[in-house]
Parts: sequence; structure tokens; C-alpha cells
Amino acid sequence: MSDAHAATVAQPTWQGGGTPLAVGHKKLGMWLFIMSDSLTFSALLLTYSYVRVANDWPTPFHFFPSIVFSTVMTLVLLTSSLTMVFAVSAAHHGARRKAVKWIWWTAIFGSIFVLLHSYEWMHLMVDEGMYPWANEYGTPLFGSTFFLITGLHMFHVITGVAYLAIVALGYRRGKWLPEDVEVAGLYWHFVDLVWMFVFPLIYLLSTSVD
Amino acid sequence: MTEVEVSPEVAEYTEVHRHPEPKGFWSKYIFSVDHKVIGIQYLLLAVVAVFVGMALSLLVRLRLICPECSYPTLGTLFPVGAPEGVMTPEFYLAMLTMHGTVMVFMVLTTAPQGGFGNYFLPIQIGAADMAFPRLNMLSFWTTFVSFMLLMAAFVVEGGAPQTGWTGYPPLSAVPEATVPGIGQDLWLASIAVFCIASLLAALNFIVTILDLRAKGLTMMRLPLTCWTWFITAILGLLAFGVLLAAGVLLLMDRNVGTSFFVPGGLIVSDKQIDHSGGSPILWQHLFWFFGHPEVYIAILPGMGVTSHVLSTFARKTVFGYRAMVYAVIAIGLLGFVVWGHHMFVSGMSPYSAFVFSVLTMCIGVPSAIKTFNWIGTMWGGKIRFTSPMLYSIGFVSLFVSGGISGIFLGQPTIDLYFHDTYFVVAHFHLIMGVAAIFGMFAGLTFWFPKMFGRMMDERLSKIHFWLTFVGVYAIFGPMHYLGMLPHPRRYAEITGVDFLMEGGAAQLHLFITVAAVLTVLAQFLFLYNFVKGIYAGKVCTDPNPWEATTLEWAISSPPPHDNFGGKVPHVYRGAYDFSLGGAKRDFAMQCNDDRAVYGEPSAASGD
Repeated sequence: MSDAHAATVAQPTWQGGGTPLAVGHKKLGMWLFIMSDSLTFSALLLTYSYVRVANDWPTPFHFFPSIVFSTVMTLVLLTSSLTMVFAVSAAHHGARRKAVKWIWWTAIFGSIFVLLHSYEWMHLMVDEGMYPWANEYGTPLFGSTFFLITGLHMFHVITGVAYLAIVALGYRRGKWLPEDVEVAGLYWHFVDLVWMFVFPLIYLLSTSVD
Repeated sequence: MTEVEVSPEVAEYTEVHRHPEPKGFWSKYIFSVDHKVIGIQYLLLAVVAVFVGMALSLLVRLRLICPECSYPTLGTLFPVGAPEGVMTPEFYLAMLTMHGTVMVFMVLTTAPQGGFGNYFLPIQIGAADMAFPRLNMLSFWTTFVSFMLLMAAFVVEGGAPQTGWTGYPPLSAVPEATVPGIGQDLWLASIAVFCIASLLAALNFIVTILDLRAKGLTMMRLPLTCWTWFITAILGLLAFGVLLAAGVLLLMDRNVGTSFFVPGGLIVSDKQIDHSGGSPILWQHLFWFFGHPEVYIAILPGMGVTSHVLSTFARKTVFGYRAMVYAVIAIGLLGFVVWGHHMFVSGMSPYSAFVFSVLTMCIGVPSAIKTFNWIGTMWGGKIRFTSPMLYSIGFVSLFVSGGISGIFLGQPTIDLYFHDTYFVVAHFHLIMGVAAIFGMFAGLTFWFPKMFGRMMDERLSKIHFWLTFVGVYAIFGPMHYLGMLPHPRRYAEITGVDFLMEGGAAQLHLFITVAAVLTVLAQFLFLYNFVKGIYAGKVCTDPNPWEATTLEWAISSPPPHDNFGGKVPHVYRGAYDFSLGGAKRDFAMQCNDDRAVYGEPSAASGD
């Protein structure tokens, strides 16, 4: 590892044989967490595939409003990833105020996603009678998998918004480094990436083509 | 702060920041972030758990030889499970379930990795602590919460769950199917919390090994203990997340009314259950995708300790160090693609079974490489028969004995016959249970002087070794024969199938129970030796009583706070440099440069 490169990454506590991947603790830790968490999501998505194949699966969603609405949600989440990229980039260029601003925008788009998602849940439960244990479309597992997988994803988004807020405050006060912003970015992009699997599998594949 | 002296063994070191030592009782011993304290906390948790687990196994054994016998004390403790002291079949199943769960999760997973790994990994790589000390503390206390949740299952109404440590649905998913109560829910909550704790710990271990090694300590110079902790951590990182998902699904099935694992049309007690669409096989897939790597999570650290100890006391370098490393990696990788061999009788396509079977057989190759390399390490060595050496040789023996029956069980045609018989019980107890426990005994006796600055009584350790070694073979050897009868496992008693109890089966059960009682009694000898060693053992002022080579033996015993006192040793050689030609001593520590080893500069290249 060249010295010039070494200066740009967080150093291990001991200047010894560390950083074989030229990655600091926190970043490596986040990558490992993402690997582990993606296994958890994979298990749930495989569960979904398994019960979907094993049952006569309903396709109750329609282009309007379900798909239009979830597409808007997807756009909001994708936009938040874009603002996160701006934040990480600004942090690496030492533009602290700008970076903090973009982190807050990311948190705001994340919150909008949560609000839209909650509204959708309310609509499905109150208007459509769809619950984790029963629904009017067919096999009860349709609702179970929907609420389980989108629920776990939404939990990750809510956690992410809180995490972003902490990073924004800590980074503004100079307590945290640009790499901490990048690590938060890793998490945020991962949550976004999970949605890129949820959206086609849960929404698009459950749509009737009218 | 007193200045920590640098051991004369250390040729050169780097000065780094020192962390202040905590002063208060709570921050020093309870909510400590020091990896050594956390390691001991994990070990103590495992010691408590192992005695709970052994007590449960004795109840299981007693019920098997005499279903109608009365044990008045038991009747007082469990008025429902054992009315008037006579164990009900449900109670038997609950004890069996809890025995498996406590042993697998709270002993075999915590002690080798959380205990020894936490204590010695940072020292062996020359670090002051784990990469994330506070996360480390969080991991332990989360594990503790998990243990408490599991223990709570004993005292709630309905008692502990009765579905085996594998918790197969629909039995575990349909509350009406077993004694009603929240025991199964507590069990599931405990497992889920345990998964989170293990994930955090695994993440911490991997980052520590990759980021915190001392100068000169390349991956291929790591002690094999570190390699096994590393691979174990990777297995834990990838496997526990899947069990977490499965546990959440099962909890939802029980409490939210979903039916992931419950098929339609299920009838329990003449009533159709209001579930449909799920599949119990799905749970088996998810569970064993975790469950098989879990077996290696339990055994790999034992392999590391065994390699380490065999080399140290044979005064020879590990035979085929690189092959050992690659074998551990191969075992870890293969561990993720063989889960189907637990499900041969679950209705699987013969082609799938064939694939799983072939992959399972493949694990025999790296396992054999390790075994032959252990023998090669001892071959022609100047063997010192200390107690850790005996336990390690015992580990090799048990690993081979348990491994050979694994080759039988990995073949679908034979497994159809042996599935759910005592043959399986014998197999996994020998290889994953007792072998791993022998790895822990080896580790404990080997590192005891480092951890406590005193020696355990060698004579007592050796007596304990022979009693336990003979004892476990007496318990699990005959079970192979029982399995061939084929005596089914998990049955509280055999009635109406007389031929199963003929051919000496009843007498064998009695023999096994007597052997089990005696072997458990022998463990109190070890406990006595351990406790006596801490308080009244012979003081060991020599930092390196075993003449070992790795970094932990270069610092005082017990190690100071911060391990190296802000002075990180540089590493010059591999972990197992014994019996070097032309050297001043018969070993070279990793922190010795050539001048220290050979007495003159550039006498040998050293690497």
C-alpha cells in the first residue's frame, strides 16, 4: 500500500500489518454487516419464492393505483441515494456544510418514503382488508410475505433515517470524519438496493395485466 | 499508570496510544470493554450452561432406563413435568430439547469463539483489544439476555418447549400441538437474540483479524487458532442471519397467525388447524442452512487449538501449515452447500440427495488432510505428554471416530435406515459435542497459566482426561449398536416394539446411563481443579511455561491491561518455529528476530 493511498483511508490502531484491503475498521465492519444482512433478506426472499411457487398465487395489484404509487416510492428512494452520493462526495472534498445539507436531504427523502409506505399499508389494511394473517385475494401467505418483507425493509429505512440524523449532527460538530459519512452511505445504498429486489418481486410480479 | 516492561523476547516494537485502565468495579468487571474480561465472561456463561446441559442430559438418561422411577426432589422442582417425581414423556422431550439448545448455542458456540477467541485473538495478533470493544461488550450482554430468555422457558406455565433443538414445525408452529404455553416463544426469542449477538461478534472478529495484526504478522504467519477463529467468524456472519430470518417467521406463525411453515388441512387433536399454504420443509431448509455451518462453528476453533497444542508439545512445526489453512477454508466453504444431508428422509429428489451426498463426502478430504497433518505433526516429535497435549490427542481420536460415522450418514441409502436413530446421536455427539469440548479442555489447560498466572494441577488434569476420554467412548460407542437395531432417538420410552429392547438394548441403555453419571461426576474434578487453580494453584512467574512461540507468551501472566502496554511487538516468523537447527533454544518466538534466535546477525534468513 503506498503512503499516498494510506493517507486517504482511516488507519488501523496499530501501524503494522493491517489494512490488507486498505479499508478502515468502520467501513470493513459495515461491509460485513451488509453481507450478513443481505443473507437475512435473501432468506426471506427465498421464503417468498418458495411459498409463491407452492401456492396458487394471487395477482391483485393493478397498474393504478398500486404500481404508480410504488413507482413513486421507488423514485423517492432512488433520489435519496442520489443525494447520499452528493453528501459523500462533498464530505470527501471537505465541504462540510454542503455534505451535511445533502445528508439531511437524504433523511428527508427517506422519511417521505416511510410516510408513503405507511399510507400504502393503511390503505391495504383498511380499504382492501389485507393483513399479515388473512386477505381477500387468496392464500393468506400473500399478505404475510408482503408485510414481512416490506416491513423489514421499512424497519431498515427508519433505522437508516435515524442513523443519518446522528451522522449529520456528529459530522457537523466535527466529531465524525468524512469516512463516517461514506459508511452511512454504504448502509443507505444497501437499503436502496434491497428495495430494487422487493419492488419487482413483491409489486410487479403481483400485478394483473389488464 | 505504571510503565509496562517489554518482554526481553520482543526484539523490536512500535509505540502506540495506551488506553487508560478502568477503575470502578462495574466498568472493570461487569460492563467491561476489555476483551480479556469479556472472554472470561463468555467462558463463565459457558461453564454455567454446560452444567445445566449436563444435568438435563442426566434426566434424559434416567428417564430412558426407568420411565416409572420417582425422584422426589424433581417432583418438588417440577410439579407439572414430574408429578410425584415421575417424569412425564412431555417432560422428557422438554429436557431433551433444552439439553440440545443449551449445549449447541450456549456452550459450543460461546466458549470456543466468544471465550477463547475473545481472550487470545487480540493478543496473538499483537493488538490491544478487538476492533470494536464496545460492540464486543454488547455482544456478550446480548448473549446473556438470550441465555436468560432460554432459562425462563423452564419456569413459565407449560414449561420448556418439546420440539427438539431443531424446532421442526408444524409441531413448533402450532401451539395446540404441544403443551400450551410460551416456552416455545421464549425459545425462539432466545435464538433470535442469540443470532444478533453472534452476528455482531463475528463482524468484530473478522475486522480485528484483517485490520489489527502487528507489523510483520502476515496472514500466513498467523497461529492456526487465529485462522480457525477467522473462518468460524465468517461462518457465523453468514449463517446466523438466515436462522434469524427463520426464527422471525416461526415466531410470526405462532403469534401473528401467518402460516409460513404450516400446511393446509393439518389436523391436531381431531380439529383442523386454521392455517394453509405453508411448508414445514421450508423451515428445514432455512434451519439447516444455518445448522450445518453451526456444526463447524462449534468444531473449527477446537481444530485450531489442537493444531496449536500438538505442535507446541511435539516440539515440531505444524506439518503442512498451508494445507491446514486451506483445509479449514475448504471445510468452511463446503459447510454451506451440504445442508440437504440432514433432510434425506424429508422427501427429496434422489438427484438432489445425490448432489448433497457427493458434496458431503468431499468434506472428508479436508478433514482427512487435517487428521493426517496432526499425525504428521506428532510423528518423530519429542512429545511432552502434558494435559493439554492429552486433550488434543483425545480431540483427534474423537474427531476421527465421529467423522467415520459421518461418512455412513452422508449416504442417502444408508441414512434412510439410520436417520433418527441412536447412530446419529452417537455421530454428532462424538464429533461436534465431545470433540469440541476436548478442544476447550485443551485450550483451558494450555492457556490457564496465561489467564490466571497460576498452574492447574497437572496430575488431576490427567486423571480427568482419562476418566472423561474413557467415559465418553463408553457413552457414545454403544449407541452406534443401538442405532443399528435401529433404536429410534427422541423416544421417551419404547413400548410395544419388543424386538427393539431385545439383543441387549436395555442393558446397553443401563450401561450408558451409568457411564454418563460417572463421566458427569468426573467433570466436577475438573471444576475443582479449575477453581482451585485460580485461587491456590502453583504460582507461575514464567511468562512462557510451555516454551511456546506465539505472542501471548511474550507478556506477563495474567496479561496487563492493553496487553502490550502500548508497545506492539514486531513479528519476524511463522507461528510454529520449533527445533530449529543452530538456534540457541529449541524454539523461536514470533517476536524474536534472527539475532535473538541464532545469536549472531544474518546467520539465517529466518523466513
